[in-house]
Amino acid sequence: MSPSELRAEFPIFAARPRPFHYLDSAATGQICRAAAQALLGFEAAARANVKRGVYRLADEATQAFDRARAEIAAYLGVRDAREVILTSGTTFGLNLLAHGLVGRLAPGDEILLSTLEHHSNIVPWQLAAGRVGAVIRAIPVTAEGRLDLDRLDEVLSRRTRIVSVTHVSNVTGAVSDIGRIVEAARAVGARVVVDGAQRVPHGPLDVEALGCDAYALSGHKLFAATGAGALWIRRDLAEELPPFLGGGEMIRRVSFAGTSFAAPPHRFEAGTPPIGPAIALGAAAAWLAGLDWQALAEAEAALTARLLAGLAAIPAVRVVGPTGTQGRLGVVSFAVDDVHPHDLCQLLDSRGLCLRGGHHCAQPLHDALGLEATTRASLALYNDASDIDALLEGLEWAIRRLA
Amino acid sequence: MSERLYDEAILAEAKSQAGAGALECPAVRVEADNPLCGDRITLELAGSPARIEALAHRTRGCLLTRAAASLIGRRAPGASTADLRAAIAELEALLTAGTPAERWPELAMFTPVRAVRSRHDCVLLPFRALAEALDRLEGR
Repeated sequence: MSPSELRAEFPIFAARPRPFHYLDSAATGQICRAAAQALLGFEAAARANVKRGVYRLADEATQAFDRARAEIAAYLGVRDAREVILTSGTTFGLNLLAHGLVGRLAPGDEILLSTLEHHSNIVPWQLAAGRVGAVIRAIPVTAEGRLDLDRLDEVLSRRTRIVSVTHVSNVTGAVSDIGRIVEAARAVGARVVVDGAQRVPHGPLDVEALGCDAYALSGHKLFAATGAGALWIRRDLAEELPPFLGGGEMIRRVSFAGTSFAAPPHRFEAGTPPIGPAIALGAAAAWLAGLDWQALAEAEAALTARLLAGLAAIPAVRVVGPTGTQGRLGVVSFAVDDVHPHDLCQLLDSRGLCLRGGHHCAQPLHDALGLEATTRASLALYNDASDIDALLEGLEWAIRRLA
Repeated sequence: MSERLYDEAILAEAKSQAGAGALECPAVRVEADNPLCGDRITLELAGSPARIEALAHRTRGCLLTRAAASLIGRRAPGASTADLRAAIAELEALLTAGTPAERWPELAMFTPVRAVRSRHDCVLLPFRALAEALDRLEGR
């Protein structure tokens, strides 16, 4: 599929006035046609609740919901789709895990996070840790914005019970060495959770081979609708975990004498799930799984290199994160001398450039790097060289105007 | 629309940094943050519940935040607390309803911000800090 054919699969590019350079996919990916059609098809012509009614419309909705679970499982390399829980997104998934895992800890037990983390992989653990007296520790980062795994021994101990890290940084684009983290965690008997929100839009993967115990993702970053996500939990762990929320399909039997709970995944899917967005997520995963990801990865690496080279040529700009293309994805943040990211993003907007400025919900990382905020350009499969060139030209213009 | 936010009046006000610094003996000191970007203002007041004698601020923020802080730094010293509260209300009315400001006509420089909802908080941050400082000064 050529870049223009690929772009045509995303309705927004025909709908927005030009110029339109969308470089904020790390926040929200644009919805692909397959997902948009699945969402509208369900909500307009096939809408019913799932796992409840026996009439044909309801049964079709249940089948579509289960099919979405299977499509997401296939994208993640999960053999048994029952290990995939449909959620509202990564934040929900991480909160579910924090609630279930931390409740079993003793005072003084340790939870190891990292300085790279999004607040959604920090705050749920802090909230849960506070209830049981557990201790939060963090893997430090290198000056290049990567996990400093050479210092893992300093923060991992025999009291570490949980390790929860991001697969890809939403600020620096650095890819975490999950295999090495899993090996170290296993040596002390800790469970490993991975925040996959930034990794999944860059191609199918094999989460079982990663060796972790749980993997969370968001549908809105995977070119589907907002409001749905998925959480894979290794079966042995899922069966041990208590429910997170109560009500709806998560029960087996309810009485005032006591309630018993359904087996996973339904144990963790209380209430009416986000059915339409979940079906859209399944459709996106199925469409994405059919693309040539080797070619797409090469194209993204070439665009990332073009962007990094262009940024390096602007004296006022400092890239926050790896300056090369190895071990990183197309998420590139940078600081500009004497220019606030919001002013920069606002001016770039006048040229049709959509970028994110701020701390990107990663304040500990910005603190570690000595910055308050940065500007971020994040790439997805629909970006091309015209987006990068427009950004670089716009940057030089905006810096002249603002500095 | 985005480009209009950065006209000469805002750029000049932000660069002038009126009131930037600290007071030797402030009666009140408040800090206010913008959670979206981590911008922060530390604002200090000296005076009575009726009138402000001196004001200083240390502002880390975007041009809009810095321009708003500078305008406060220029107008607040010597002003009555009633006048300052009226100015805060005028800015809120300007941003939410487009009502022209009469007491502080310079607030008109922020008129283009009205169309960009995500930037209202940038302009409001120093004024919210001022409101909190006035509350404390008045013992509320």
